[in-house]
Amino acid sequence: MIEAFFFYLFAAITIASAVMVISARNPVHSVLFLILAFVNAAGLFMLAGAEFLALILIVVYVGAVAVLFLFVVMMLDVDFAELRQGFLQYLPVGMLIGVIFLAELLFVVGAWVIAPNVGGATAAPIPDMNEVSNIEAIGRLLYTRYVYFFQAAAMVLLVAMVGAIVLTLRHKANVKRQDINVQVARTRATSMEIKKVESGRGL
Amino acid sequence: MVIGLSHYLSVAAILFTLGILGIFLNRKNVIVILMSVELILLAVNLNLVAFSAHLNDLVGQIFALFVLTVAAAEAAIGLAILVVFFRNRGTIAVEDINMMKG
Repeated sequence: MIEAFFFYLFAAITIASAVMVISARNPVHSVLFLILAFVNAAGLFMLAGAEFLALILIVVYVGAVAVLFLFVVMMLDVDFAELRQGFLQYLPVGMLIGVIFLAELLFVVGAWVIAPNVGGATAAPIPDMNEVSNIEAIGRLLYTRYVYFFQAAAMVLLVAMVGAIVLTLRHKANVKRQDINVQVARTRATSMEIKKVESGRGL
Repeated sequence: MVIGLSHYLSVAAILFTLGILGIFLNRKNVIVILMSVELILLAVNLNLVAFSAHLNDLVGQIFALFVLTVAAAEAAIGLAILVVFFRNRGTIAVEDINMMKG
């Protein structure tokens, strides 16, 4: 009973804030509703028993991706009202496609069945939560059987990080920077000069 | 009333459709399109977790973790490209992105 209540609560807020994400006038509001949608989706994950994923969703999405979105939205000096022109013009065809798509998906959800003998095909059964916690079970699986996939994911993140830095880094022309190579390559000949000062004259 | 697999799948289907609708409605604004893609990936993750819980199989959660990784990388690269494009052209309207005459 309480599970059903929280399911409908989280689901309703998730969907409502997803509607606001795509219809808010101000992109900053869109990002904030995206955060709300992710937090409530994390609640849904928690209800489904995926505790680690729920918390990682909050850490990664709310902590990193949404803040990145917020940063970019506020950094770019764009007239967002101009970008919204055509919203009503695209609304009919968008709604048509959306309704058709949703109807198809819901037909699929309502009509399909799981094969009865699928229980034997379970790749990695979830252990009892009272004995092994969710994060420990995921760790045991991720660092053994899926360790290569884990490293591939790490490589994806590394390449994304390098790519983002390479794309956005720029050196301004008039800013003095420390150049280690130039510093190390200094010799006595290039940096010192001996002047003979005549006595009693000063410079 | 027991919350079953089809409840989660319905929520995910609605979320996925809203993501697609967002791409259609905001087709001039790249930032909202990227946010819609995030919504779509969230719906995919919800499906994976729902099936993982229903079939009692942990691999679904592992896969959702990888989808999360790819989504984070995609957002970072997409926004970096957006920032560079804005720096070069001074606009992010989709109809102005035609340098490659595509």
